[in-house]
Amino acid sequence: MDKVMSNKKIIALYVLPALLVIMAVVYIPIILTAYYGLNEWNGIGAMTFIGLDNYQALLTDGKFWDSAWHSLLLAVFSAASLIIYLAVAMVLASKIKGANLFRKIYLIPMLLSSVAIAQLWLRIYHPTNGIVNSFLESIGISNPPAWLAEPSLVLFALFIPILWQYAGFYILIYYAALKNIPASLVEAAKIDGATSMQIAFRIKLPLIMEVIKVTIVLAVVGSLKYFDLIFVMTDGGPNGSSEVMASYMYHTAFRAYDFGYGSAIGFFLLVICLIVTWVIRKLTASKETIQYS
Amino acid sequence: MISGATGQLQEGRARSGNGAGRKLGYMLLYVVLIGVAVFQLFPLVWLLLFSLKNNQEVFDLPPLSLPMNPRWENYEKVWSAGNISVYFLNSVWITVAATALTVILGSLVTFAITRMKWKGSSFVLGLFMVAMMIPVHSTLIPLFSIFNKVGLTDHPISLILSYVAFNMPITIMILLGFYYTLPKEVEEAAVMDGCSVHRVFFRIVLPMTGSVLATTAIINMIYNWNEFIFVNTFISSDMFKTLTVGVQNFIGQYTTDWGAIGATLMISILPILLMFLFLSDRIVEGIAAGSVKG
Repeated sequence: MDKVMSNKKIIALYVLPALLVIMAVVYIPIILTAYYGLNEWNGIGAMTFIGLDNYQALLTDGKFWDSAWHSLLLAVFSAASLIIYLAVAMVLASKIKGANLFRKIYLIPMLLSSVAIAQLWLRIYHPTNGIVNSFLESIGISNPPAWLAEPSLVLFALFIPILWQYAGFYILIYYAALKNIPASLVEAAKIDGATSMQIAFRIKLPLIMEVIKVTIVLAVVGSLKYFDLIFVMTDGGPNGSSEVMASYMYHTAFRAYDFGYGSAIGFFLLVICLIVTWVIRKLTASKETIQYS
Repeated sequence: MISGATGQLQEGRARSGNGAGRKLGYMLLYVVLIGVAVFQLFPLVWLLLFSLKNNQEVFDLPPLSLPMNPRWENYEKVWSAGNISVYFLNSVWITVAATALTVILGSLVTFAITRMKWKGSSFVLGLFMVAMMIPVHSTLIPLFSIFNKVGLTDHPISLILSYVAFNMPITIMILLGFYYTLPKEVEEAAVMDGCSVHRVFFRIVLPMTGSVLATTAIINMIYNWNEFIFVNTFISSDMFKTLTVGVQNFIGQYTTDWGAIGATLMISILPILLMFLFLSDRIVEGIAAGSVKG
């Protein structure tokens, strides 16, 4: 048995195809990104090695830090909105008929492409014919704002479709976690006279803490690399007021043909994502994991 | 099982708990849940309605009014004009090809990791899992230049390879959970009888994983169907573009024709909506399985 199941040729045959693809498409490009960042390069001609100049320039590039700030804002919004999702999931997981149908309906936007969502919300926000402004006008607000053209509003306006897209996903995760809590625990607490608030905050929340941590990482890292929807809806505008890190990278490389600097941004994005994942994990690491069941 | 029993128990309590206050509380909860559902569905209903109107009807009628005569010709128009039909077929075959490859290669890896004995298996598994944390955007520039060098930009293979690589981690993760629960006795007996590893894998193990294969395939299809940035970066010819980028370009040309835009968007999301209608349980299961351990 062992001899058959440790045949090296067969193992290589089974593992190598996938491993080669992931090496070629994920790991080698990551190393190349870091290296391209050390060069001046327009993407076609010869590379000129310039050492850390690009990375140094990045540190003082106001546009880059603006885009990083926008990404951070989105991350904070996303993390904060987890509270709403958690609340909805708590309602859904408590004696609700049709809970299964509700969570499926909530999930639908998440299955659609960001491009379709972006195009749809472009119409929703349309200054004159969109439903948002039609509604505002019908209740007597004349001259409602052009949501995506106002530098001060655009990020908030963009966050609504993001919320719309991901709400069902997080509600689904929380719902599944809450349903996994053993009923006996909740029953025991009830018999001891705990109120439903106490049960929610003292029993259910601590029990799904692991899942909450994972969702915080997903929401924050997901926001840091957010791209498609913003690219289609505003392309970073107006005047850079919705530029995020990934779109700034894209514009630098594929519009301004500064592939060296674009790569430096791409590498920075990777490093930030890894650091943030690690930091959130550390910050939210509990000293002891609660094991009731 | 457990959650079902809880539900019944809790329902029983709810019924025994009397009082109008309690009922009012429930009403309020349902109002919240229905409110969220309306928020989630409303934009899509509005999209469906304006895809069946012409501009005059979009601008003059209230947003949720039904058009007098649903203008299905919007759909005919965009399907034949532009290249929407080409984009659609590209999306179909590229999605299917990438999904099939990912699921097969992922199964082979998962089998080798869970069933075969070799040094470095946990390291290799780690490589696949860490890849999940790497942002697509950080690989975009080098991928573009690599594909350029080997002549694969503006070729569907660049897309298929990228989709296979970036969906491999989540595919393996979902498969792993299932492989660990599969009993090994049948395989052990088969090996004792002199069955080859290939036979064990293709004839015994793979057929047993049918349900989880379906789940991973669906998740892969949704991701591939919706993918945008690779197509937008690698593909320049209309004949290879998929729906996401095609729709984006097409709408760019028809910015003022709301009916055409609506119809195009509806065509692009319809396959996913149909799949959801018939396979929602599996999709829910796949998304839950693929996320929590992340």
